[in-house]
Amino acid sequence: MSLHDDFSAALLAPHQPCPDGLFSSNGADPASRFSVHRNTVHSSLINALATAYPVTLQLVGEAFFRAMASLYVQAHPPTSPLMSEYGDTLAEFIHGFEPAQSVPYLADVARLERLRVRAYHAADCQALDQQAVLQTLQGQANLGTLRLQLHPSLATLNSPYAVVAVWAAHQTEGGLATLNPWHAQGALVVRQGLEVKVFAIDPGSVAFINSLGRGNALEKAVEHALDASAEFDLHQCLTLLIAHNALTHLHLEQKVSP
Amino acid sequence: MTPSSLQAVSQAQVPGLPRRAGLGLKHEHFVEVLETSPDIGFFEVHAENYMVAGGPFHHYLGLIRAQYPLSLHGVGLSIGGEGPLNPEHLARLATLIERYQPHSFSEHLAWSSHGPVFLNDLLPLAYDNATLQRVCEHVDQVQSSLKRTMLLENPSTYLQFQRSTLDETDFISEVIRRTGCGLLLDVNNVYVSCINHQRNPLSYLEALPLHAVGEIHLAGFAEDTDSLGDRLLIDDHGAPIDNAVWQLYEKVLAQVGPMPTLIERDNQVPAFSVLLAEAQQAQWHLAQVSP
Repeated sequence: MSLHDDFSAALLAPHQPCPDGLFSSNGADPASRFSVHRNTVHSSLINALATAYPVTLQLVGEAFFRAMASLYVQAHPPTSPLMSEYGDTLAEFIHGFEPAQSVPYLADVARLERLRVRAYHAADCQALDQQAVLQTLQGQANLGTLRLQLHPSLATLNSPYAVVAVWAAHQTEGGLATLNPWHAQGALVVRQGLEVKVFAIDPGSVAFINSLGRGNALEKAVEHALDASAEFDLHQCLTLLIAHNALTHLHLEQKVSP
Repeated sequence: MTPSSLQAVSQAQVPGLPRRAGLGLKHEHFVEVLETSPDIGFFEVHAENYMVAGGPFHHYLGLIRAQYPLSLHGVGLSIGGEGPLNPEHLARLATLIERYQPHSFSEHLAWSSHGPVFLNDLLPLAYDNATLQRVCEHVDQVQSSLKRTMLLENPSTYLQFQRSTLDETDFISEVIRRTGCGLLLDVNNVYVSCINHQRNPLSYLEALPLHAVGEIHLAGFAEDTDSLGDRLLIDDHGAPIDNAVWQLYEKVLAQVGPMPTLIERDNQVPAFSVLLAEAQQAQWHLAQVSP
């Protein structure tokens, strides 16, 4: 075991003794000083999670969240110095975390909050001019072969709970009064300019957008959307994407010569 | 950053930081800085916060960089780590430096990664010959891959290692002598470490290669006690600068003359005006030693 093996193992496990080979110049127990580092490691990581998951925290309260985050930190310490990425797997952890089962939508809210952080820092990409998109769509004979490229910040989520409604209710005072979380809801997350936006969308729209994201042409994406929900409204979904600058390129299918 | 401002920055030979007071740039203050254009010598950012693809952080830093000199301060390179430096992280630093052309790049005499794990703290080193050689190799590697001289920050420490064979000040002096890097003199760290290790801050300063100072950091500390009930100061960047640190800063300036001086506040970030007042206080001290 190297010096840093011992040191880092003792930092991560809260109840492990302080490593050997340390002393304090005044003769104090080195453990009482080692704990400064242990506290910094744990509290800075728990704080990073609390900042990245504010609604998840509100749903269970500060004390519960911090206790849960502390277990997450021990099980999944960061593997990168980029703190904006830390906690990528918190939603999965919550999903399997027995004491959180009383808030069944907690993991999905955490998933939504992670999509928001990713969208906030996602690559910049010039959106298409809204008028130009509409003109292209209207003047296109082979509309079904068109491929739409989505903004790098865009992501979707399907949930059996009203995940967007739960999140939105925590953005305003008094938003909780009329909240009913017990119905399925899809989410669209996209950064428009500098602002990350969240929309509730139906499962058909989620399937449509995900199909576009996999590179499928419009016709195929509509097929996927209708498979997911017979009530899929193409016009409404395209309007949402265009109005929030979520489209960055339009490509016509390239005919490959035999 | 607009293409034209980027070009203007990269065409000019980027000089060192101005010998004025600067502030750590917090995202909470992006808009206020742009709206009020405060009279401040420079801004400093933590490099890792800007290792993201796009979005508001780059948008605002580009606009602010077009108006102010910039110091890039790394907190995640783990120069004292037992393993090799992370080549991906070095590449990310090079990309940021290329993009923003900072006037200074600095990192810490500490370690923060071990194996696959990043510990998010600046951890202390045993000062022996093996560590000295490793740290020097890492500093050499940073300077050659970033094609610039870096500043190395003296640490705040709470513990000592039985394995250490060198004084912290001798260790720092030797790294600077061997690698040619500069010293980021964190006066708060000097004070914190000296109180924690019952050392006289003035003799600690005397033992440092002050000729190599390229920047000064000032910050606040938290106070605790150890198992003997003795004062244990914790470098938490969460409080105003202590009077004892201001006094020590005055003594440093009397020796080194005016130096770029950063006010650091990373926790319990107050209103921008509060930080600006601290920067003005540092600016006043700088004026006392300016020719």
